[in-house]
Amino acid sequence: MSTGEIWIAFYTILRREIRRFMRIWPQTLLPPAITMTLYFAIFGNLIGSRIGEMDGFSYMQFIVPGLIMMSVITNSYSNVASSFFSAKFQHSVQELLVSPTPNWVVLTGYVLGGVARGLCVGATVTVLSLFFTHLHLHNLFLTILIVLLTSVMFALGGFVNALFARNFDDVSIVPTFILTPLTYLGGVFYSISLLPELWQNVSMLNPVLYMVNAFRYGILGVSDIDVTWALVIICAFIIGLFYIGLTLLNRGRGIRS
Amino acid sequence: MAYAIEIKDLKKRYGNGFEALKGIDLTVEQGDFFALLGPNGAGKSTTIGILCSLVNKSSGSVNIFGVDIDKDFAGAKRYLGVVPQEFNFNVFETVFNVVVTQAGFYGIPTHLAEERAEKYLKKLDLWDKKDTQSRMLSGGMKRRLMIARALIHEPKVLILDEPTAGVDIELRRSMWEFIKELNEQGTTIILTTHYLEEAEQLCRNIAIINSGEIVENTSVKALLKTLSSETFVLDLDESIDQVALEGYDIKLIGDGSSVEVAVMKGQNLNDVFAYLNQQNAKVVSMRNKSNRLEELFVKLIKGSK
Repeated sequence: MSTGEIWIAFYTILRREIRRFMRIWPQTLLPPAITMTLYFAIFGNLIGSRIGEMDGFSYMQFIVPGLIMMSVITNSYSNVASSFFSAKFQHSVQELLVSPTPNWVVLTGYVLGGVARGLCVGATVTVLSLFFTHLHLHNLFLTILIVLLTSVMFALGGFVNALFARNFDDVSIVPTFILTPLTYLGGVFYSISLLPELWQNVSMLNPVLYMVNAFRYGILGVSDIDVTWALVIICAFIIGLFYIGLTLLNRGRGIRS
Repeated sequence: MAYAIEIKDLKKRYGNGFEALKGIDLTVEQGDFFALLGPNGAGKSTTIGILCSLVNKSSGSVNIFGVDIDKDFAGAKRYLGVVPQEFNFNVFETVFNVVVTQAGFYGIPTHLAEERAEKYLKKLDLWDKKDTQSRMLSGGMKRRLMIARALIHEPKVLILDEPTAGVDIELRRSMWEFIKELNEQGTTIILTTHYLEEAEQLCRNIAIINSGEIVENTSVKALLKTLSSETFVLDLDESIDQVALEGYDIKLIGDGSSVEVAVMKGQNLNDVFAYLNQQNAKVVSMRNKSNRLEELFVKLIKGSK
């Protein structure tokens, strides 16, 4: 395919993905907005007022970056996982397989569809958080870079999950049993400096900790980890997951007999 | 001139050890109306799946308009339009979006895709349903939607896998008229069907596949010539009591107002007409007892077992 044709194919996949999550907004955009509003109201306002300051900020200000990141991670992941698995389930993925669209374009299109939903939800949650507290941006470029790369990374993870999934349970296992614990234990609600040294070291093995803290650094200017490490880890995951996703796609894992 | 499809020693063994194709050779000429027939599980869908990239082959070569799928699969895929047996579109998309989105996967600009979508949806009587979610369509409409989608990039080869399954007679006829028109305009048609009278009426060449092997690959005309006998049913204006004609296997059926006769190679129906004329019985209509191709098909499949 020529560059122009590849661009049209990519744009078609991306447009279809955006149209999909916009069409079913009560399932895709509304729930995270409601959930995060409850988090802000209960953890931030009610409980947070008794917790006091954390790393020099009110508890509400402290948890906002983590909650934004949590919604970006969950939505980027689940958008690609559910969309690509549905395409497999309905066999509509065959529309792409019979076409000359290169596999890397298929992968990129789906991933950026997930990123679009992740960012859409992230922006909604950010706006909602402003009803509860005020935020000042410490480093705009870093904030955008981290949220973008994290979204890409989890969208890639969702794609690999969808390729392996054989039923709808397989699509929900990873978010429920892996992603949620990693996110909750990834410094969304607390600074790891509160933990005993052993658990601080264990927490350092959790990749989500790096993303949440790097994002928090971009907004508040405080972090439990070195932001450079966070960037290195996210980029390494992106390269690894892209390679795995593309290799599986080329082999036809889960989509070709 | 390159063949539309050229398959050499194509083999497919699935992960569970089942050998679906045992090294088939097949050629389809450009502009042909070709039937690929076989019983369920014979290897038809596997062959088609390999052609359009839904199944990975184990070995062998496939060329589409001279393009080797191992060397330039994307290039080869441009020549193919596929109408699969199962509905495989996004049921939540509108009819128009299903077709236009498919065009996008071939790199066709939106304005051209929309023009073509209008053309083919009108041609297939679906234009008034363009804004309907595809899951709301009837079975026949869904089938036509898949034909419109397969044509959106104007392929040189159109593969139809059981396209008329579950489609009513009127719709089936109009569908075939349209497919014949496409063939006359130069599109190569490859058809799999269980309705053998369709294959006999429409196709010029035919391949019969059984247990992963090609058991016959010839023209429909040549294949029909191999029939050793044909059985006809002649309806008479009045009932007769008995019937006997030397050299012919002839008998009365029903209340005696119809005659069934087997005509062997070298015999002809004129003898039968003359005999019935002598009996003062006039033939008012005549038909084949069964589809000729069907008889051969059953014979070939049995013979290959």
